[in-house]
Amino acid sequence: MLELLQFPIMQRALIAALLVGLAAPAVGTFIVQRRLALLGDGIGHVALTGVALGFLTGTAPVLTAVVVAILGAVAIELVRERGRTGGDVALALLFYGGIAGGVLLIGLSDNGSNATLMSYLFGSISSVTTQDLWIIGALSAGVLAVVAIFGRELFVLCQDEEVAKASGLPVRFLSLLIAVTAALTVVVAMRVVGLLLVSALMVVPVAASQQLTRGFRTTLALAMAFGVVATVGGLSYTFYVNVAPGAAIVLLALAGFALALGVGTFVRRSRTRESTR
Amino acid sequence: MSQQTVFAMTGGQVSLEGRPVLRGVDLSIGSGEVVAVLGTNGSGKSTLVRAMLGLIPLSGGRTELYGVPPAKFRDWRRIGYVPQRLSVGGGVPSTIREVVASGRIARQRRLRPTSAADREAVARALVTVGLADRAGDPVHALSGGQQQRVLIARALAGEPDTFVMDEPTAGVDSASQLHLAETLATLVREGRTVLLVAHELGPMEPLVTRAIVLRDGRVVHDGVPPQPVGVHALPGHEHVHPHAVSPECGPLTWEPGPPASKEVPGA
Repeated sequence: MLELLQFPIMQRALIAALLVGLAAPAVGTFIVQRRLALLGDGIGHVALTGVALGFLTGTAPVLTAVVVAILGAVAIELVRERGRTGGDVALALLFYGGIAGGVLLIGLSDNGSNATLMSYLFGSISSVTTQDLWIIGALSAGVLAVVAIFGRELFVLCQDEEVAKASGLPVRFLSLLIAVTAALTVVVAMRVVGLLLVSALMVVPVAASQQLTRGFRTTLALAMAFGVVATVGGLSYTFYVNVAPGAAIVLLALAGFALALGVGTFVRRSRTRESTR
Repeated sequence: MSQQTVFAMTGGQVSLEGRPVLRGVDLSIGSGEVVAVLGTNGSGKSTLVRAMLGLIPLSGGRTELYGVPPAKFRDWRRIGYVPQRLSVGGGVPSTIREVVASGRIARQRRLRPTSAADREAVARALVTVGLADRAGDPVHALSGGQQQRVLIARALAGEPDTFVMDEPTAGVDSASQLHLAETLATLVREGRTVLLVAHELGPMEPLVTRAIVLRDGRVVHDGVPPQPVGVHALPGHEHVHPHAVSPECGPLTWEPGPPASKEVPGA
């Protein structure tokens, strides 16, 4: 079993998977609490333009993706803040623009191809270099630090924005902070599961976790555990069976959700039976 | 107690999506007052209190919190806001204790762990609303009335001087309404300022010292409630009298019993 640890490629991939498994559900818990489960998808679409821009200009795609993803996240947050009317349509326009822009720019660049595009859309964890690992490590640490430092305030914000305002919290700053953190997470997770499946890692472990928990803190902790099991487990599976790691990771997470749903339903039912006895 | 002005609004106007909701409201509320904002649906009650907190921008006039415009107000620990609906639902479960503890946020600093004072205040708030034994339960499993108590406990946990409650009795069963009236009586005894929005007062009626009636975004009555407080303020005291301040009554149909303590500006 431990033979997979002997390959440097696999070592790097596993570390990346571990970091992403921790960071994505941590941000995801706040995003789901705020009922913005699809925010990660939106940012992922926009980030594709960033990746393509990197190829076109000869800069590292991860860096351009970070910049464009942050700009996209801020734009999404501003649209959301402005009001409900037409907000979802405006977001949809942004998503399509992101995908189309990415495909167009990749086509214009000399060193980009459909294959490189695919590797960003669906992940290419086996091609993670040591330098990538440093970037992923720093970004993950940043994401986890945001959750640790601002978690208490973000909890109030994601519960009720008006109460946050009436408590004197910097609502605008915190809203942008969570959007930017989500953008960073998308870029971190992009190498592991790909832009199209990024959001799954932010949402599915949280959805699985809340089947079994009663509180926010425990949901957050369990979601991070689920995330690590899914990313590390899914990746290890692809060492033995030749399938795309991103797909294996997301399907494992979904299987975890189905299991948690079953267990949670069973536990709740027996609890109700106890209390009515 | 020296009468400090907590809320002061002059010529307050609010438009929501181009529709005028408040059409020039002048209002001043001093510390220690227990004020009920009454009116029918759509009369602008909620909008008024949310505008006074700076949650909705004014399209005209000005409003102040403790003498400062809301945008420049920094002393938010003095305010405890109980919103109308329970948005605690969120997408993720939270325990009662977690929600109540979040009411301490205005008193906490970043990177400082939860203090013993925080924990004691949360425990006291839970006892006050009668949910201490259920602190670990998820909020979404509670009834509407119990969820309302959680929101009130969250405001209590912050130990503010002034409570702003938006429809605390809406959709609440009569047992929880009585409980709410008892909690309110405690706050009144402690000399806190209370501003509450209500469709009907129910068991809270004897505690209210001043009623403001809104109609179509204007104050149509501002003064003492129809009956003096005194013995009526005692919890559990039941009395029957004609409801002189019904949402329908205006300045012409309303006949004051005791002399009004406040002038009615703009009415």
